[in-house]
Amino acid sequence: MSTTNPFEDVSDLDRKRTIGRVFVALCIASTMVGIVALVTLLADVIYESWGWLSLEFLTYPPSRFPESYLPGGRGAGIYPALVGSIFLIALTALFTVFLGVGAAIYLEEYAPDTRTTSLIEANIANLAGVPSIVYGLLGLAVFVRFARMGQSLLAGALTLTLLILPIVIVAAQEALRAVPDSQREAAYGVGATKWEVIRDVVLPAALPGIMTGTILSLSRAIGETAPILMVGAATSMFVAPDSLLGPFAAMPMQIFDWARLPQAEFQHVAAAGIVVLLTVLLAMNAVAIYIRYRFEADLP
Amino acid sequence: MSDTGPAIETSIEAETDTARGDSGGVDQQTAETVLSARDLEVFYGDERALKPVNAEITEKKVTAIIGPSGCGKSTFLRSINRMNDMIDVCRVTGELRFKGKNVYDEDVDPVALRRKVGMVFQKPNPFPKSIYDNVAYGLKIQGKDGDRDAQVEEALRRAALWDEVKAKLDASGLDLSGGQQQRLCIARAIAPDPEVILMDEPASALDPVATAQIEDLIEELSRDYTVVIVTHNMQQAARISDRTMVFLTGGELAAFDDTQAIFENPKSQRVEDYITGKFG
Ligand SMILES: Nc1ncnc2c1ncn2[C@@H]1O[C@H](COP(=O)(O)OP(=O)(O)O)[C@@H](O)[C@H]1O
Ligand SMILES: [Mg+2]
Repeated sequence: MSTTNPFEDVSDLDRKRTIGRVFVALCIASTMVGIVALVTLLADVIYESWGWLSLEFLTYPPSRFPESYLPGGRGAGIYPALVGSIFLIALTALFTVFLGVGAAIYLEEYAPDTRTTSLIEANIANLAGVPSIVYGLLGLAVFVRFARMGQSLLAGALTLTLLILPIVIVAAQEALRAVPDSQREAAYGVGATKWEVIRDVVLPAALPGIMTGTILSLSRAIGETAPILMVGAATSMFVAPDSLLGPFAAMPMQIFDWARLPQAEFQHVAAAGIVVLLTVLLAMNAVAIYIRYRFEADLP
Repeated sequence: MSDTGPAIETSIEAETDTARGDSGGVDQQTAETVLSARDLEVFYGDERALKPVNAEITEKKVTAIIGPSGCGKSTFLRSINRMNDMIDVCRVTGELRFKGKNVYDEDVDPVALRRKVGMVFQKPNPFPKSIYDNVAYGLKIQGKDGDRDAQVEEALRRAALWDEVKAKLDASGLDLSGGQQQRLCIARAIAPDPEVILMDEPASALDPVATAQIEDLIEELSRDYTVVIVTHNMQQAARISDRTMVFLTGGELAAFDDTQAIFENPKSQRVEDYITGKFG
């Protein structure tokens, strides 16, 4: 018997496969644009900071003389701003966790399913998109002036709290929503009250998601310049902040200050500052990823 | 299987209601009514999921609820321990009496009700906690004093799980097999010693061996507890229950009688058609 090809009549596949390949190539190209841009930026910053990033840079206050920053110089660096940023973020974390989780629990678990509730939820989502300078102005008006906190660490932390609160609320709501109803029913079924169900079942299950969302928002906040510029972060702090109502420096502000100085050497100092900021940021993201990875396996 | 004659329980009213009917000289102690529904109707929004249900469920017996899917079996079961309260659009009218008290009365706290009426769900839903903590949870929140370890062991023994888990009480409940998880959930439900246990297709997600274990367990449990079990498996209902409620499409309680009577001589044609597999 002669073997005719039974698939002879199928003729449109070559063309379709070509279209498929072109499509994949476009997708890969899009990915590459992002990656290449990011890597170039990182490489440039690291190259610029090479030789300027030292232990002294982390432990000394800033100086007006670029030579001080060099190894063997008198020693100068980012210390007050580094500590300032860490304090700022720690305070912001404290405020956002309580306010954000509290609001999310109310909206998700208690609020009646009415139009008012959905209106509030929609507006919280919108607030997440408001430019950070607007929050800066709000912080200046409300905390610095009206509440007479002055240009203080507390005012800065509260302003950053306002900035990321909407994101934290939305992330926490999503984490709460992801807890299966079967878990809630299990607790109700043995006679738990609503509060017990939330405390023993819902919150523990949602916590990894809440933590991840919060840390990622905080890592956004730590890099924000506009709001703390408005609230009045100092650039000439030579010591770490020592009180809630005292002045404070923060890394993005300090980097900005260096970058606008005329001497070319300060571009290297700014790059060194950026490397420190990025390191803190990446460390925070790593913790978030670890939490997600570590606890995901435990969930039902 | 029931060892009493047919149609005895139905003739006995709840204590607080009308005087007891003539029980025909049969031992009354064995046929106490624990739950009784009076014109119980359930709506989801404007949709009626249950047509008025009148039924008396007997103490320390296994009552099976069968019927085609969507006929309101779960709805009826969940109206007993007010699990439907959690659904915003759900509305209940009529009465559901537990030992004579209408559980929908203003002064009844659904949390208190659920302490007397435990529940086991279709899909095993252990907490992501240790086996021990899963069983102890109900004891803890209900503030049941006593030797916690002994209470946990007792519940696991009754749930026929003790021998399999006694060496690993600290392991996560989620690490157990599906059948073991379901027995863990049963242990969790019986640990605080409720009077009634509601089960919504507890074996439908399990393999035949695990199903057989659960079935044996249910017979065992009916010595101490009143068990109401939804099942879509008619053979299962026939095997394990003393009494059977048949719901038909539209949320109508079409028959409620001794299991033997339901399966051997169904009184209505529609029930017979369902039992013999003509539809559903
Ligand atoms: N949460 C709910 N909201 C609206 N309708 C529901 C809900 N739960 C069940 N129903 C409806 O009620 C009817 C009975 O459902 P259910 O009691 O789950 O049936 P069964 O358990 O017998 O399969 C179905 O028509 C179903 O669509
Ligand atoms: Mg069901």
